[in-house]
Amino acid sequence: MAQVQLKNVVKKYGALGVVHGVNLDIAEGEFVVLVGPSGCGKSTTLRMVAGLEDITGGDIVIGDRVVNDLPPRERNLAMVFQNYALYPHMTVRENLGFSLKIAKKSQPEIDRAVDEAANILSLTPLLDRKPGALSGGQRQRVAMGRAIVRQPEVFLFDEPLSNLDAKLRTQMRVEIKKLHQRVGSTVIYVTHDQIEAMTLADRIVIMRDGHIVQVGTPLQVFENPVNTFVATFIGSPPMNLLDGTVQAGQVVLADGTTIPLPPGLHIADGRRVQFGVRADNIMPEGHALPPTAHMAFVDMAVTLTEPLGTETLLYATLAGTEIQAKMLNPRPVSPGETMRFGVALDKCHIFDADTGLNLRG
Amino acid sequence: MASATQHRIKKRALKTAHFLGLFLAMSLICIPGLWVVLNSFRPTIEIMAKPPVWMPQSLSLDHYRAMFGGAGEGGIPVMTYFRNSLIISITSTVIALLVGMAGGYAFARYSFKAKGMMFVALMASRAVPGVALSLPLFIIFGRTGIIDTHFGLILVYVAMNVPFTIWLIDGFFRQVPKELAEAAEIDGCTRWQAFWKVEFPVARSGIASAGIFAFLTSWNEYALASQLTRSTTSKTMPVGLLDFTSQFTLNWGGMCALAVLMIIPALLLTFVVQKHLIAGLTFGGVKG
Ligand SMILES: Nc1ncnc2c1ncn2[C@@H]1O[C@H](COP(=O)(O)OP(=O)(O)OP(=O)(O)O)[C@@H](O)[C@H]1O
Ligand SMILES: [Mg+2]
Repeated sequence: MAQVQLKNVVKKYGALGVVHGVNLDIAEGEFVVLVGPSGCGKSTTLRMVAGLEDITGGDIVIGDRVVNDLPPRERNLAMVFQNYALYPHMTVRENLGFSLKIAKKSQPEIDRAVDEAANILSLTPLLDRKPGALSGGQRQRVAMGRAIVRQPEVFLFDEPLSNLDAKLRTQMRVEIKKLHQRVGSTVIYVTHDQIEAMTLADRIVIMRDGHIVQVGTPLQVFENPVNTFVATFIGSPPMNLLDGTVQAGQVVLADGTTIPLPPGLHIADGRRVQFGVRADNIMPEGHALPPTAHMAFVDMAVTLTEPLGTETLLYATLAGTEIQAKMLNPRPVSPGETMRFGVALDKCHIFDADTGLNLRG
Repeated sequence: MASATQHRIKKRALKTAHFLGLFLAMSLICIPGLWVVLNSFRPTIEIMAKPPVWMPQSLSLDHYRAMFGGAGEGGIPVMTYFRNSLIISITSTVIALLVGMAGGYAFARYSFKAKGMMFVALMASRAVPGVALSLPLFIIFGRTGIIDTHFGLILVYVAMNVPFTIWLIDGFFRQVPKELAEAAEIDGCTRWQAFWKVEFPVARSGIASAGIFAFLTSWNEYALASQLTRSTTSKTMPVGLLDFTSQFTLNWGGMCALAVLMIIPALLLTFVVQKHLIAGLTFGGVKG
């Protein structure tokens, strides 16, 4: 176990900046997920921690050592690659034991470690196969096994689940979480899947274009997104955003509909804003409503319904923008039906229309 | 029902045609070789008979006996040629492979200035026919005194083979995902260990095939060897074949026997390494 610190880390390929001054403190044993759209520099950041990529500027600290110039083998970490990178010419057993063999551990010691890892990951029957004869999920487990055999201080994962089908992905997600609880190592995990990020992370780091946009626990970033990017990136379905102008403590939407500002927010008249509300906080009247004293109501025509069992997702149009709302204890709704929706104002956000920043601060 | 039977007949007919085609093609390739082998066991009268005698009447080891036996007394020093060929081919192959691995790896993994240009230049050097170089080489080798030496021929064959081995090996290393070496480095390897323990074994079959090509090129090369060697100190077997021609006679039987001797190591090598080639590249380590 070790803490990991990134201090103003910069990566440039020639003149092209890819990571622009990333600062991040990761505590011992913490599970941190880097999430962001494709090409935002997640993998590059992870690879710099691993030592596979030189850093152009800044410092990376693992434990209490600055590791900027140390090769990967001296950083005492393990990495699981997106394409698994198993050694195709070795059996599963040899793959798992490779790092220990390189470290010149004795054969009984290697066998013990390999058997234990194989046990944890149910790989025992596969030990004598080559990777070519394994399914995707099995290869994934071998890749994880190879990482845990070393008992590293830091685990690095780069989209380890993205080649698996949806069901297996959910299953492996649980495995990874269990594994972390069991070994307690520091984990840095890269994904572009926000559900993975939410479910696994102690803390989520949201990146865009080589910058960190927000760092926080899953609930923090879900409930208090710093800007519209985070608001629409985290959470499913994404937060609804409505363009409007502030007038006398209310947001006036394009078609003249008014919604009061969330309680405690004071914004000058005439400011152009976006009103943000999640589907969970806008629900049809007559069904379970979000518990709040600050309720506003709007009428909307439902255009489409998506029944999900315990709830139904309603698509409706408000001031020309498509909105998603949730109906708990659902009843059948026919498209075209106009319903009255309650908006839980204290859960809503106002973003500046130009900068996208959350005005709640 | 009828259509099923028809289908089966058609399938069988196709298969037969397939085999027949293969057989014809293989005969075309193999018959000259087999003819050489056959002739090495037949008396000269039978070889020269007109019309040709297809079915051998008598077989003997006479030519071989003559070939190996005559060495001391003005015959042909076959074993010396064989040794020369082995030394020159193996040494030049090993060097061409080492250079090819270093170069191929560099082309596959690193980006450097004028990489594309260098690659094209290497390939272009192979477009020059070897014979065109024989006179300049002859003069240069003559002046530097490395004519008629193992070293001289090895130098030539390395130069001939290196562009080819680089090109082949570059292709094989490209197929090895770079994450494999990265994983090995994280697992505790130095860059060097990662290469030898992971990337090299994975690309091994490709490198072996490059090795066969290089070996066979050197082993069979005649045009340059005939210019750059002149005595038993460096003459290789293809050049040695010519010893069987004298002013008025051609010892076909002896020539065939030497040719068989030449074919054997090449065949052996191909069979040995072929296992590697077929065991093939099992790229199961990463998703397809
Ligand atoms: N060797 C390189 N040379 C130049 N640019 C590169 C190189 N490697 C990566 N980049 C660029 O750096 C940026 C970040 O890449 P990175 O792989 O870190 O993205 P990512 O966040 O992991 O994306 P994804 O989710 O698609 O994996 C991309 O715009 C990419 O084009
Ligand atoms: Mg990536």
